[in-house]
Amino acid sequence: MDFLNNKYFLIALTFIIFVSAQILQKRTGIRLLNPILLSMTALICFLCAFGIDYDTYRESGEYIDFWLKPAVVALGVPLYRQLESIRRQMLPLLFAEMAGCVAGIISVVAVAELLGASKEVILSLAPKAVTTPIAMEIASSVGGIPPLTAAVVVCTGLFGGLTGFQISKISRIKSPIAEGLSMGTAAHAIGTSVAMERSDRYGAFSSLGLTINGLLTAMLAPFILSLLGYGS
Amino acid sequence: MKNYLSWPQYFYVCMNMILQCGMLFGFLAAGEFVVWLTGIPIPSSIIGMLLLAVSLRLRLINIRRVDRMADFLVHNLGFFFVPAGVGMMRCLDIIADQWLPIIGASVISTAIIIAVTGHVHQFLRSKRFKYGLSKQ
Repeated sequence: MDFLNNKYFLIALTFIIFVSAQILQKRTGIRLLNPILLSMTALICFLCAFGIDYDTYRESGEYIDFWLKPAVVALGVPLYRQLESIRRQMLPLLFAEMAGCVAGIISVVAVAELLGASKEVILSLAPKAVTTPIAMEIASSVGGIPPLTAAVVVCTGLFGGLTGFQISKISRIKSPIAEGLSMGTAAHAIGTSVAMERSDRYGAFSSLGLTINGLLTAMLAPFILSLLGYGS
Repeated sequence: MKNYLSWPQYFYVCMNMILQCGMLFGFLAAGEFVVWLTGIPIPSSIIGMLLLAVSLRLRLINIRRVDRMADFLVHNLGFFFVPAGVGMMRCLDIIADQWLPIIGASVISTAIIIAVTGHVHQFLRSKRFKYGLSKQ
């Protein structure tokens, strides 16, 4: 069974599982069968079932993780394509982002404390709305647990991506720009990939949301946390 | 636009992919350089993204030099998150221990962020908020 630890086998397996999950979603048309969620679950089950430890998988996973950074750089292209309409409404965008960022950090801390989370967990949850690399950096700088942050970030992204447009609908947000923007603000790159499926315009504003919220959270999170009494 | 390519065009596109990939990594490296130079706590990829958008805007590079690779990566963004999600395995014990606050806080806060961001933006837009930035 040693072969199962092979680096390239695990990479190939990740690809195959993801593609199968995509096909499954397309065939059934059920949104909940999100390819990311499905392949994550399938891979965790596979690794547990065959007793492969996470560190072995991470060696292969790093090759895929590696592309996250250039992919985030690539978001500059949809951003550029919408630059004109962004310039036209600079201030509403900035204020909306500021409000979303502050409300997000405060609400996650308040609810977590209310439900009895430990201090470390609260600190790991605080940056959960922004994209993984930023969130992990914030978590380690404020004294959270980076791997937990990564897990929560992915789950938040999935939840936001799957339900974001419904939440917008329920809370009566009608403008497409506001919908795209809040998608990226709450559910970072995973939300953006869902918004991108709807149209490039939604996607562009979503990537704008993830960028501005990422920057704001990186700058404001340590400050807000110390105001809330979680100073490190 | 045609959706098929002739052989010379196909060859050109293949050559172009190396260039496109190089462009993206170039901007990532530029982002890394900025971080190294200034020590700001912002990830290099975000700085690279902003630099790319600005360079495209200033016509320093042509969009055709990056768009294929960029579109490929952007449209498959979700896939690159799978290993990070599998990383959840490492902290299953903390999650099992405090699953209620973790899930509850994430879910409620996500809904709040969407509602707040969307409504503030919608409200300001409906007020025809325009501090001399432009018409409309």
